[in-house]
Amino acid sequence: MTAVLLPLAIGFAFGFLLNRGKVTDCNVIENQFRLRDFTVLKVMMTAIVVGGIGVLVMVDAGAAKYYIKDANLFGVALGAALFGIGMVVYGYCPGTAIGAIATGSVHALVGAFGMIAGAILYALSFDWLKAHILPVGAFGKIRLPDITGIADPYWFVALALGALAFFVWLERRGANA
Amino acid sequence: MTVAMSSSVEPKVATPRLNFLPYGVGAGIGVLSWIAFGVAKDPLGVTTAYSRLASLFAIPFIGADGVAANAYWKAMPLSLDYGVLFLIGLFVGSLASVLLAGSFRIEMVPSVWRERFGGSVLGRFVAAFFGGAIIMYGARLAGGCTSGHGISGGLQLAVSSWLFLGVMFATGLILSKLMFRGK
Repeated sequence: MTAVLLPLAIGFAFGFLLNRGKVTDCNVIENQFRLRDFTVLKVMMTAIVVGGIGVLVMVDAGAAKYYIKDANLFGVALGAALFGIGMVVYGYCPGTAIGAIATGSVHALVGAFGMIAGAILYALSFDWLKAHILPVGAFGKIRLPDITGIADPYWFVALALGALAFFVWLERRGANA
Repeated sequence: MTVAMSSSVEPKVATPRLNFLPYGVGAGIGVLSWIAFGVAKDPLGVTTAYSRLASLFAIPFIGADGVAANAYWKAMPLSLDYGVLFLIGLFVGSLASVLLAGSFRIEMVPSVWRERFGGSVLGRFVAAFFGGAIIMYGARLAGGCTSGHGISGGLQLAVSSWLFLGVMFATGLILSKLMFRGK
C-alpha cells in the first residue's frame, strides 16, 4: 500500500508546489531564458541548497544514500544541449509540462505526445548511442567533492552564500519581484 | 488565498513587497527531496517514467515483438512503478492547486509565443510537438531532466548533473536570444 501511496503523495506535493511556484506557466519558463523573470532559477537554486544540506546530513547519518548519474560527459553535454533547445521551443520541461496540462494548457498536451515520440526514438537508437556516444568521456558516478578534493560542507556553504548574494542582487534590481 | 501578488494587471504599488513565493516553493521542493531520499529511497525524477510509457505507444509502429526485443525497453519495461505513479501524482497535485485557486484556463497559444510568432494554433502545436520530442530525446541521452539531473543530481553535487545544468541553460539562453531576436 505504501509502495503505491508514497509516490502518489510525493508526486502530488511536487505538482502542487510547481503550480504554486508558477513554473507550470510556459511564459514564466520562456522569460527565464530571456532573463526577464527569474522564478525558475529562484525555485531551483533554493531547492538544491535546502535539499542538498538535508540529504547530506541524512547520508552522513546513514539514513540515506546517493543516487549519482553516470558522468558520460559527451552524452550528457549533447543531451543537455538538446534539452535546452527543446525547453525553449516547447516552453516546458518534462515535469512542468505534466503540471501544465492540468492547468488547461493544450499545447503542453500536444508536446507530451512529442515527448513520447522522443522517448521512442531514443529507445530505437539506444544500441547505436551505447556503442558510439555514451562511452565517450565516461567517468562513472563521480561527485564534485571527489574531483576537487573540497569536502561537501564547503560546497554547500559556497552554494548557499552564492545563491543568497544572487537573490539579493536580483531583488534589489527588481527583476520580477 | 490572496491573488493580488500574482496578478499582472494590478497597478504597480509604490513600495513593492518582496515576493517570497519562489523561495518558499523551492524550499518546499528541497524538503520533499529529503522525503524522497530518506523515506521513499528514490530521488525526484520524471523522465524515466516516459520511457516506460513510450513502449506502449511504440507497439503500433514496431509491434509488440519489436518492443520486447529492444535493449532499452528490456531494462525499462512498462510497469506501474514508482516513477509512473509519481507522474500521476504530479498531474493530480497541479490540478488540485489550479482548482483551489480557480485558475484553470484553456491555453492554446501562450502569450509570450503569440507576441513573437502570432496566434496560429497549428504553428504552436507543431513547435510544441517537435520541442517535446527534442527535449525528451535530450533528457534520455543525458540521463535525466530538470528534476532528476537539475534538482536531485544538483543537490548531490553530481558532476554529470552540474554539467547538464550548465550546458542546458547556456544552450537555452542562446536559442532564446535567437528566437526572440529584436523583441
